Amino acid sequence: MASTAFPSNRRRRVADWAFRIATLLALVAVIGPVIWVIVGIIARAVPHWQWSVLTTNTIGASGGLKNAILGTLVLLVGVLVIAGTIGTLGGIYLAELAGTRRNGKPRGGFLRSATEVLAGIPSIALGLVGYLALVVGFHWGFSLMAALIVLSVMVIPYIARGTETAIRQVPTTYRESAEALGMSTGYSLRKVVIRSALPGIVTSLLIALAISGGETAPLLYTAGWYTGTPKAQLFHQPIGYLTYPVWTFWDYPSDQAHYLAYDAALILLFLVLALLVVARIIVNRSQRYSEGRRR
Amino acid sequence: MKAVGEATPGTSPGVAEPVGRTPMFQRFTSTIRAKEHHFWRWGGGVCAIVPPVALALIVLVLAVHAWPAVKVNGWHFLTGISWKQGNAYGSVQYTHGVAHPMGSSYGALALIVGTLQSSCIAIVIALPISIGAAFALTERMPRLIAEFLRYAIEILAGVPSVLIGLWGILTLGPLLANHVYPVIANNVPDVPVLRFFKGPVGHGEGLLTSGIVLALMIVPIIASTTRTLFAQVPPLPKEGGEALGMTDWEVGRRITMPWVRSGIIGATVLGLGRALGETIAVAMISGSLLNTITPNAYGPMGTIAAAVVTQLDGALVDGTGFAVRTLAELTVVLVLVLLIVNSLARLIIRRTGFQGAPIGAPA
Repeated sequence: MASTAFPSNRRRRVADWAFRIATLLALVAVIGPVIWVIVGIIARAVPHWQWSVLTTNTIGASGGLKNAILGTLVLLVGVLVIAGTIGTLGGIYLAELAGTRRNGKPRGGFLRSATEVLAGIPSIALGLVGYLALVVGFHWGFSLMAALIVLSVMVIPYIARGTETAIRQVPTTYRESAEALGMSTGYSLRKVVIRSALPGIVTSLLIALAISGGETAPLLYTAGWYTGTPKAQLFHQPIGYLTYPVWTFWDYPSDQAHYLAYDAALILLFLVLALLVVARIIVNRSQRYSEGRRR
Repeated sequence: MKAVGEATPGTSPGVAEPVGRTPMFQRFTSTIRAKEHHFWRWGGGVCAIVPPVALALIVLVLAVHAWPAVKVNGWHFLTGISWKQGNAYGSVQYTHGVAHPMGSSYGALALIVGTLQSSCIAIVIALPISIGAAFALTERMPRLIAEFLRYAIEILAGVPSVLIGLWGILTLGPLLANHVYPVIANNVPDVPVLRFFKGPVGHGEGLLTSGIVLALMIVPIIASTTRTLFAQVPPLPKEGGEALGMTDWEVGRRITMPWVRSGIIGATVLGLGRALGETIAVAMISGSLLNTITPNAYGPMGTIAAAVVTQLDGALVDGTGFAVRTLAELTVVLVLVLLIVNSLARLIIRRTGFQGAPIGAPA
């Protein structure tokens, strides 16, 4: 063996241990901040927490967060309706109905790449366009509708992509069995394919909700900010949301404003974590019983 | 082939009618079932067209609003460093037929440089950490612990950026400025690249803190994609390496890494795209300056996205609307950079046949 080209065993062993320790340190550097962020926000909010925050509206830069909590929930429901419908139907079309080209590749390549490009547009660009086109251009003013459209455009790519992936994972034998039983195409799509892919679709919807619930930049100039309880009005009526107090009140001079910012951060954190954890549980439960997909 | 449910009662006497269903109702449902795929096809088709249409409208709106600003600001916009809105109450000036306030002058060089600097720092920090963490998660880790840690990374990807910004400015920034930056600044040798890390350390608002926080936000994207890549490396070459007496480090460096190299490049570019477009956290941490290229790594600066979100309020004061048009031009610059970066990533990923996770999606 050419000993000049080959490092000594001692050096190799040291390099190996250094490598293992480095990878573990890297893992700590990734996981540590997650815990630090969560604990840090809880530690700031809990000492001054008052339950009245949940039941009173914001007054100036103090008071409570009822308006913001309800506003965020209204926004989430709206996004679920608009983006959920468009995203899932679009994903179903791309996965199941676009068909294949003569060379065997799936059709809809243009639609798919456009969806991916849309996912790469930064949220502030969507916010600015929403402000220019909807708030000013259509004279909607700061309004629920403008915010909903901007948020929906932002998360539709995620939902479409998640739905498409989930449907593509349904085994082909399911479709063939459905056809052999004499089901029509649409009926088997609804009763067999979509039903099997439902956990994946629901997961992508929950993640989309988590993303839109935590967004600030696209809402600042479309939803505005409103300190009253949200009204059932789509246009010309601004609406409150949880990220606004965090973004605005943290560097106000008064302590009341700071506490409100921390409380909003805490509520937002729990909302988003709950959505993500439920999404993860659904994925795990559905994977436990699915065939051939371990990891 | 005809389905059993489609057999219309009356036309085929051999089929028994289901109990409790009138023939009319059955005809109705069977017609719907036979036509149902039209609904999925048309509804799905219309919905699948929404993203391209939205994309086209976004580009159109940005272009229409930015074009007058492009005409007035010219190339100076990319090379200049001044950012003056002009006198909002003074007389209106016309350049190339576009109205703008007296004395307005826009140059985005500082913002462009700031965006690139902070994203570069983020990538330099995030890439080795992500690869190391992905190695730790795939190799020789008990499966239960590895799964749990994987979920923790996914959750980090989903934490809203405004919360990370709040933590960065209140907790991380002061901590770094008080205890870490002085150590770095005092001990860095005075050689060309590292000289950037000398100088007054400030209060934690600035380039390096922004870069670190951005790194934190893109680590989940790069790490989870890299982990998926590592998991896809077939075990046989690795086992062969082990059988030849290679250590873990040698297997990792000579077998696993070369196998997934181009996929990692794709994942990195995806993370870079996220870092370039990140708005709220950077707006809170960077110090949000518009016309300053920081002389050292600790100084306050600004990025394009942060400038748009912090300046739009003030831009509305400009009665000619020129400040808003300039912000639209700024957004166009950002979107162009991002489109180039993302299509580069997609090109690399497509060439290697690996489907990357969508940007920012935690799962």
